[in-house]
Amino acid sequence: MSGLVTLHGLGRERLTGILDKAEGYVGRGPSTDFSGATVTNAFFEPSTRTRLSFERAAHRLGAHVMSFSPELSSASKGESFKDTILTLTAIGTDVLIVRHRLADAAALAAGWSARPVINGGVGSREHPTQTLIDALTLRQEFGRLDGLRMAIVGDIRGSRVARGHLIALPTMGVELTLVGPTPFLPQENPWGVRTSTDLDDELGDVDVVYLLRIQAERGSAATIPSIAGYARRYGMNAERLSMMKPTGVVMHPGPMNRGVEIDDSIADGERSLVLRQVANGVPVRMAVITEALEGGR
Amino acid sequence: MIVIRNARVLTSSGIEETSVVIDGDTVAAVGAEPEANGHQVIEAPGAWLGPGLVDLHVHLRDPGQTWKEDMVTGAKAAAAGGYTALVAMPNTEPPIDDRVTATAVAERAAGIEDVEIVTSGALTKGRSGEELADFDGMYDAGIRIFSDDGDSVPTAGLLSRAMAYLLDLPGALVAEHAEDRSVAGTGQLHEGAVASRLGLAGLPSLAEELVVARDLLLAATTGTRLHIQHVSTVGSLDLIRRAREEGVEVTCEVTPHHLALEETAVEGLDTNFKMYPPLRGRDDRTALIAALRDGTVDVVATDHAPHTTAEKEVPFEEAPRGVIGLETAAAVVSSKALGKDPELFFERMSIAPARIAGLSRHGRAVEKGSPANLVLFDPDRRWVPAGFASKSSNSPFVGMELTGRVLMTIREGKITYEGGSG
Repeated sequence: MSGLVTLHGLGRERLTGILDKAEGYVGRGPSTDFSGATVTNAFFEPSTRTRLSFERAAHRLGAHVMSFSPELSSASKGESFKDTILTLTAIGTDVLIVRHRLADAAALAAGWSARPVINGGVGSREHPTQTLIDALTLRQEFGRLDGLRMAIVGDIRGSRVARGHLIALPTMGVELTLVGPTPFLPQENPWGVRTSTDLDDELGDVDVVYLLRIQAERGSAATIPSIAGYARRYGMNAERLSMMKPTGVVMHPGPMNRGVEIDDSIADGERSLVLRQVANGVPVRMAVITEALEGGR
Repeated sequence: MIVIRNARVLTSSGIEETSVVIDGDTVAAVGAEPEANGHQVIEAPGAWLGPGLVDLHVHLRDPGQTWKEDMVTGAKAAAAGGYTALVAMPNTEPPIDDRVTATAVAERAAGIEDVEIVTSGALTKGRSGEELADFDGMYDAGIRIFSDDGDSVPTAGLLSRAMAYLLDLPGALVAEHAEDRSVAGTGQLHEGAVASRLGLAGLPSLAEELVVARDLLLAATTGTRLHIQHVSTVGSLDLIRRAREEGVEVTCEVTPHHLALEETAVEGLDTNFKMYPPLRGRDDRTALIAALRDGTVDVVATDHAPHTTAEKEVPFEEAPRGVIGLETAAAVVSSKALGKDPELFFERMSIAPARIAGLSRHGRAVEKGSPANLVLFDPDRRWVPAGFASKSSNSPFVGMELTGRVLMTIREGKITYEGGSG
């Protein structure tokens, strides 16, 4: 069984291997490699990019896709998470992709389903495929990951993407700085990375500014007095872009709140990698699904 | 008659290796053996014999949630853990908050043979934190300990009125679960490195300490006896120490799991490590052990909180808080906190809790004429907890090798548990 519940414990070689495999899928047309296989999207939380790119990735590999939405299912009648996972497994699936607001959902599902589970984003804990997508996008842009400096800006405390990055990007040589107002920075810093409350101080040193959305659904908006104040202190605009190195780029995992953490001119500008990140979702997820299907055989 | 030979006995003059004779519900002799044959003789070299353990803090779930536990199974678990008396918390369904419920529960408890069960009563009506509960009615039904355990009384005004009233009822004690909900929020585990790494909402030490500080001030002002439940932080210990120096009449308890485990145990998000207060950091645990030894902490109380496997086998954030503790407490406390010191062990596990709860037939040194509420404990026996007498098995110590096992529990001269050979 070779799903992807967490990037924790994966070494540089293994991570690079997944990126290489994903690179091989870039621009590749449809195949029938896994015709007859079933991939189930078990998304207990809303998602656009992740859900659709997993779906397209599965289709590109010739697999069927089953989709589960809690609001259209027995979960809305109070069926427990465990029973839902057991039910999806009993219906029959070769891989289960789990997205959930709770931090241990993917690990629990892997224990209960006896099928490879791919973590499609859980809690504020980890979003491993997003981290791989961003690593691939950066490697394409800079030709390397080693020595790159990234400032992750925003609601780190509530961000699964930031925690996934903290697990795996330093392993691949990326140096991270966490930037945001104190209520958005983690209370403890078990990763031993640099933290800062002043974005302008950091801009000149970094290759990448990685912007995060305020996680209103996790109550983060209530921990700061105003969104407008946040936008003034941390929003990425033309002036701040000019403080970066000429080679510096801006990334965002989406969905973007334009005018808050990112201005239109930046989001749609030539230094933005946002749409390339989205596009890379498909080959990265093809690589991850392939490993899961091969491991499950 | 039962004769227990060669145990290390807690007598009124300290630990003595001697024989104890039990006749009826009383200790008939210490140091002398009966001449006649035919009595039950137990050879117990190396084992500790002392007053049965007393737990100031258990949840028996009875009435209302008896799928988790009830008085009968809770008493069996207590006996297996060496306990002869329990104080049950009032957060049952319905909560114990008036004369009728208190009387009904006391009557049921009186029929339980394995252990003496006294119940505590709520501080506020329905445990809602809004108005005072029926103190007089509950007091008449025998209740002396009042607590909204599971919640703090939310406002200082209400708690100060409760304290003022209870001051007039001799022997009454206010016991507080310290948790400021406005700070605790949706916290799941200690706000430390593990919570930050996993991205789960933390429960800061501050949530406990704010309430401890507030309650100590109120107790100092009203003069009411105060007991702080399940203390878990360095800061709480400092506040209690300082208040005591200033003459506040305060006692406090610590749980076995806070003495033995730290926040790192929660890393795997096993729900049998989810409880309030949460497992804290290394500094807190070290300070709790030191405080239990030096007397800052008066007693160990288990906060035995049964939940079924189905209730616990859910994502961590959806799991109910609480773990069972009655059957493992003696081992955990003797081996992991008190360095196998029998006198200190019986002081913190039996004598002090019996004194705080006013249980005159418990927590007494073993001497001629004392009540035969006793425990025989082998401090060196190794075992691995697996099955439990409790209806629930939500213990953080499942599968962990423990040192120290209860060999026999005797309540009022009757053997309520005999085992520990496995």
